[in-house]
Amino acid sequence: MNVQCDSKNRLNQPAFGEALFDLIRRTACDLPEDVEAALKRAHDEEAPDSRARTILSLFLENIALAREKQVPLCQDTGLPLFFIHHPPGLSRRATVKACEEAVARATREQYLRPNAVDPVTGRNSGNSVGAGIPGVYFEEGDDEAVSVALMLKGGGSENVGRQYSLPDDALKAGRDLEGARRVILDAVRRAEGKGCAPGILGICIGGDRGSGYLHSKHQLLRPLDDMNPDPVLAEFEGRILREANTLGIGPLGLGGETTLLGAKVGALHRVPASYFVTITYMCWEYRRREIRIDSDGTWRFTR
Amino acid sequence: MIELTIPISEEMILSLHAGDAVAISGIATTGRDAAHKYMVERLIEAPSPLPPDDQRLFDELKTIYRGGAIYHCGPIVRNTGGRWSIVSAGPTTSIREETYEDKVIAAFGLRVVIGKGGMGPRTLAACKAHKAVYVHAIGGAGVTGAEAMVEVQDVFKKEEFGLPEAFWKIRFHRFPGIVTMDAHGRSLHEELGKAFDERLAGLLRR
Repeated sequence: MNVQCDSKNRLNQPAFGEALFDLIRRTACDLPEDVEAALKRAHDEEAPDSRARTILSLFLENIALAREKQVPLCQDTGLPLFFIHHPPGLSRRATVKACEEAVARATREQYLRPNAVDPVTGRNSGNSVGAGIPGVYFEEGDDEAVSVALMLKGGGSENVGRQYSLPDDALKAGRDLEGARRVILDAVRRAEGKGCAPGILGICIGGDRGSGYLHSKHQLLRPLDDMNPDPVLAEFEGRILREANTLGIGPLGLGGETTLLGAKVGALHRVPASYFVTITYMCWEYRRREIRIDSDGTWRFTR
Repeated sequence: MIELTIPISEEMILSLHAGDAVAISGIATTGRDAAHKYMVERLIEAPSPLPPDDQRLFDELKTIYRGGAIYHCGPIVRNTGGRWSIVSAGPTTSIREETYEDKVIAAFGLRVVIGKGGMGPRTLAACKAHKAVYVHAIGGAGVTGAEAMVEVQDVFKKEEFGLPEAFWKIRFHRFPGIVTMDAHGRSLHEELGKAFDERLAGLLRR
């Protein structure tokens, strides 16, 4: 691929338009291995002939069929969220434009559903591009490569996300990890099957109302089987996962042992007056992929 | 798996119980947020006479829905040489239609409401009063869902509502789901919800 190596322009080349399009196409149609493996494990652990096991086997059938036919796993291709890690000098404006063009093309070719609706007029923009859509977030680093992670965040699961301001009297949740545990389990109970359980939680403890939600989504970029580098949070994640899976909510909320596939927790400093716990719920169809664009212009999927 | 073929009789509906797995066949439509708001505000509860276009659609929907089904779904569709087909079409969350669904069931004589996540007490009461069931489809399973939606026959309100929100008139063939609210007043969601509450209370006692 002969493209200019200058990082300023790297994402503005036609070849990278192709790369972004391919990232969207594959994210919409081909569920990542870690998620599929977790669903297979869950399937095997549910009782034979149980409703939960039947539903999980239908999930697995859908995953295989979508991959084979190269069509979107779910009709709700959600909100496309791009997380871009880049060296100094990248033009953010040009990059957002490249993302928008790739999203519009993927919509024309039915890899995305037209998913941007004007809340005032009620009009669907028709190409999945609108004010704030797609979401494009940047982080500058020292690596010469540009990496683009894409998450397709379904609306049903987004609707069951919650933000708690602690202390929460009704849940007897104080301003500590035990308080966070109580509100997180409450959020899982309230989500029931409505977010397409079994879900994966992205959680932010601390931050403000805006940064809390964004950081909770960042947590969802982690591999399902990774270990939180903070041993306290690692233990906390394990506990949330274990306890949530005793609630009996199960696949689609119709009962079973598998309520969550993962819980990923991050923390941000807070101001003394505020203590937010923010939970983003991701559905079982945990669609996220990543590409890496090297400084020589070649690119590949890294997830 | 119990086969349900549209038009569905009252006896058939009364034979179903929460927990039954079903496969639905026949002509039905998709309809979600904009469609429900439209049906209630501009057809069912609008002062007559209705504008001619609305009256025509009202009549058409009456024909389709009598003994039939509505599917809470915003599909991905493809147009190839002027013919529409369904690419991916799993269920959307039904509870958003709770405000409208009882009126829709009553006005049209619907037998089946298909969606995901279950619905509330008003819809449950309407299922009992008008002999209907709520069928929970497989959330997220867009491709297997589309496989059972074999022919697009028509589309209504495409320009006004946009592709996901339009009424897509489709021939279904063995579309799979689970009855979670029956016409006897039983809701699996309600029953399971109580069990979830107890378990949560147990965890929070510690």
